[in-house]
Amino acid sequence: MIDLVPTMSWYLILSAFLFVVGMVGVMVRRNPLVMFMCIELMLNAVNLSFVAIGKQLGSIDGQAIVFFVLVVAAAEVVVGLGIIVSIMRRRTDVTVDDLVGLKG
Amino acid sequence: MELFVFLVAAAMTVVGALGVVLRRNPVHAALSLVLTLFGVAVLFVAQHAEFLAAVQVIVYAGAIVVLFLFVIMLLGVDRAENLRIEPLASQRWLAGATGSGMLALLILAALSGKDEVITRGSGIASAVVENDANANIRQLATSIFSDYVVAFEATSVLLVVAVVGTVMLARRKKPVSGDRS
Repeated sequence: MIDLVPTMSWYLILSAFLFVVGMVGVMVRRNPLVMFMCIELMLNAVNLSFVAIGKQLGSIDGQAIVFFVLVVAAAEVVVGLGIIVSIMRRRTDVTVDDLVGLKG
Repeated sequence: MELFVFLVAAAMTVVGALGVVLRRNPVHAALSLVLTLFGVAVLFVAQHAEFLAAVQVIVYAGAIVVLFLFVIMLLGVDRAENLRIEPLASQRWLAGATGSGMLALLILAALSGKDEVITRGSGIASAVVENDANANIRQLATSIFSDYVVAFEATSVLLVVAVVGTVMLARRKKPVSGDRS
């Protein structure tokens, strides 16, 4: 068996795939909750590439930034779900297309 | 061994990500998200980011996904939706084209780097290599509480703002006599 070791490029390609899946999900899905999950996918893809590049550069800064991204993601989910709950309390079964009334 | 771990974790991540997008039921999508997050946590361990892997499991798989499931159950939207209908004409086709173009560009950019070893920093301490269980946490904490201490404090302000804002959003307004609305 050949002794292959996954290098930074492998992680970056996986991260690119993960990011693109999340991006297509945001563009295609109409359920606001699933769109939120796709945003989490994209954030995770970026975290993965931060850690991979940080390891390659031999610097802890990549991991420190991932820590902050995690915190911001948590805050974003809390606020976003609060908004979704307060919209859906008014009318149930909302897709993002029904929110056209937000247009001025 | 390292290759095996990478392949298994990558497969978990990819299957979970596709599940989030393709599953019709939002509950199944949230559970697929857990699979992806665990896969990413395994990849963090494989890259000597042990603390971040623990935080990933606790914060993401523990807190955020539970919050998602809680909201899904609370709102009662856990029905399967019909993905056959396409609300906007040619939206899927355009999304697929944009996505594959983006993927091609990102992979091109990643491969043009060619894994050249550019070591600028002092190296990453690891529990496995240094034979010290706290090596990674100590190095990360030193970085966060010295270089990034301003960002750390700003993060705490952000969390307080988020919590207060959510409470304001979720609160039912009391009907007050003479209320303008």
